Amino acid sequence: MEKFKILNSKVAYLDRSNVDTDAIIPKQFLKSIQRSGFGPYLFDEWRYLDHGEPGMDCSNRPLNKDFILNESRFQGAEILLTRKNFGCGSSREHAPWALLDYGFKVIISPSYADIFYNNCFKNGILPIILNNDLIDQLFIEVEKNVDYALTIDLEKQVIETPNNSWSFKVDEFKKHCLVNGLDDIGLTLQHVDEIKTFEVQHQQKFPWFYTQI
Amino acid sequence: MSNKTLYDKVWESHVVRREKDGTCLLYIDRHLVHEVTSPQAFEGLRMASRKLWRQQANLAVPDHNVPTTNREEGIKDEISKIQVEALDQNCDEFGITEFKMNDPRQGIVHVIGPEQGATMPGMTLVCGDSHTSTHGAFGALAFGIGTSEVEHVLATQCLLQKKSKNMRILIEGELQDNVSAKDVVLAIIGRIGTAGGTGYAIEFAGSAISSLSIEGRMTVCNMAIEAGARAGMAAVDQKTIDYMRGRPFISSELYAKAIDYWPSLKSDDDAIFDQEITLDATQIAPHVTWGTSPEMVVAVNGKIPDPETINDPDKKEGMIRALEYMNLVAGQAIKDIKVDKIFIGSCTNSRIEDIRAAATVVKGRHVADNIKQALVVPGSGLIKQQAELEGLDKILVEAGFEWRDPGCSMCLAMNADRLESGERCASTSNRNFEGRQGQGGRTHLVSPAMAAAAAIHGGFVDVRKEF
Repeated sequence: MEKFKILNSKVAYLDRSNVDTDAIIPKQFLKSIQRSGFGPYLFDEWRYLDHGEPGMDCSNRPLNKDFILNESRFQGAEILLTRKNFGCGSSREHAPWALLDYGFKVIISPSYADIFYNNCFKNGILPIILNNDLIDQLFIEVEKNVDYALTIDLEKQVIETPNNSWSFKVDEFKKHCLVNGLDDIGLTLQHVDEIKTFEVQHQQKFPWFYTQI
Repeated sequence: MSNKTLYDKVWESHVVRREKDGTCLLYIDRHLVHEVTSPQAFEGLRMASRKLWRQQANLAVPDHNVPTTNREEGIKDEISKIQVEALDQNCDEFGITEFKMNDPRQGIVHVIGPEQGATMPGMTLVCGDSHTSTHGAFGALAFGIGTSEVEHVLATQCLLQKKSKNMRILIEGELQDNVSAKDVVLAIIGRIGTAGGTGYAIEFAGSAISSLSIEGRMTVCNMAIEAGARAGMAAVDQKTIDYMRGRPFISSELYAKAIDYWPSLKSDDDAIFDQEITLDATQIAPHVTWGTSPEMVVAVNGKIPDPETINDPDKKEGMIRALEYMNLVAGQAIKDIKVDKIFIGSCTNSRIEDIRAAATVVKGRHVADNIKQALVVPGSGLIKQQAELEGLDKILVEAGFEWRDPGCSMCLAMNADRLESGERCASTSNRNFEGRQGQGGRTHLVSPAMAAAAAIHGGFVDVRKEF
């Protein structure tokens, strides 16, 4: 996983709450057995006017001009500003894969669905939580200012806007993994002996969990 | 004196180690695997030359992509076929027990786990699917995970997790006849919203939950995630213990040992919950969703709410967008809505009791002329066999339903079963998101009895008045 330290980027927004993972990446694209290549199908049903299928060349598909992320001002943005309960619904990690493949490395929202929130950290995406007032303010500023950009410093846990500096919260352990680009499995396997000791005791206590058919 | 919740108890019995910030390494007893969220995890193991930590902890089944007709001909959709074959190959390579597509035990992952006794009270159980909360009906801690976590469990038998807060939802009183577990959970979501349970593990309790069958409790816990909670749970009682008897995954010898422990799997009398909500079961009517989020739900006798009466601009905007997508208007009576298709199935409502409920409603009657298609998709091959033994398939087919092979089917339309753009469906599934059952499709979530009654009348009626 790539290390995440500081990101400076312009901001795109999606002014909707409860954006679900079915919308982020529709189910037909979940048939892929790869981890990459989902970016062109991000928000597929909103983004294009035709019906998307896996493997389609998206360069010639008719774009929905009313879909805000298709606007030229938001091209190349690596920060997505959105509303509450982003990523609700299915556990599909294809959602963060698609966001990342499209180019988003930071999401800013008042809240996220739990599974999606966790999945972001596993893929090097930083989901930032800000209160509703700051979110409203950001929406206004992005709308008013062309190429409005933010600097996100994860180590300091600070968002620098052109006029302000706001701090944000993040779990210490999640931050540690993201800043250092650490592989969770590698970290856990440092505790092999503890897991084995636990497992022996657990099996003595609950032998019925260890049967097989 | 102990004052622990059921969630506290199961959590604490699985903590291997704890980091300074409270992140825990949590031991996972059971891992259910399906074809959609696992291929990248197996690939990750291969690339890092990692082995499975404990083969026996895993049970796999293809369900999302499988066709529900003509299975002997194999899977026609090439991409779906590759994904199902990848699961077969991965399970063979890593030595994981799998019920392959044509195995009579194949079915929806959240149906077969309990059916086989692979789901047990007090265990931690995960799966790369958000509806894993279903298994909490057994007093298990069960939650959905992403593919990175699937790989993590395969390699380490553990997950890095932070403990959620405790919420209890008490549903007290007796449910009316023909009001089901589905109506209970839709009423709960209508009350607390789709993010109401975010950050919590929800325990469903109260006399109405005790009165539900284990299958009904599964329906309620299944949709905990639609209220934002990764895990839903219900206390173990005699019904749970009876349900477990004779299941393939537990020998009679081990069952005899386990039943001494299982009754302790309930919250202590003075357990402390961070939030508590109470609902009056006697007031719950059959429910129907009208929008594109499960919280957009009203009683069958109700009307579609008016966004203009909503102060929160964000919520109002969402309602306006939903009405446009659903092609409905504020103030419209639910009973005036006609539907095109009926779907009875999914991990929420595809068990034998659900099929019985539908068959009871349609017996000796026929689906209305305006219904283009009415599907019943049993949750597993064994449920299908049981229903056929009881003659339920005949009742349904005579009424004009199609009787299919088990799988996720039109709940998320990854196989050929789907809505066409603009089609409206009475569905027993769990999500009414835009495009969920097919691009442009319009979903109304209801109970099996309500879906069956909608089939007969061509639109929504109050199933309480059908008998």
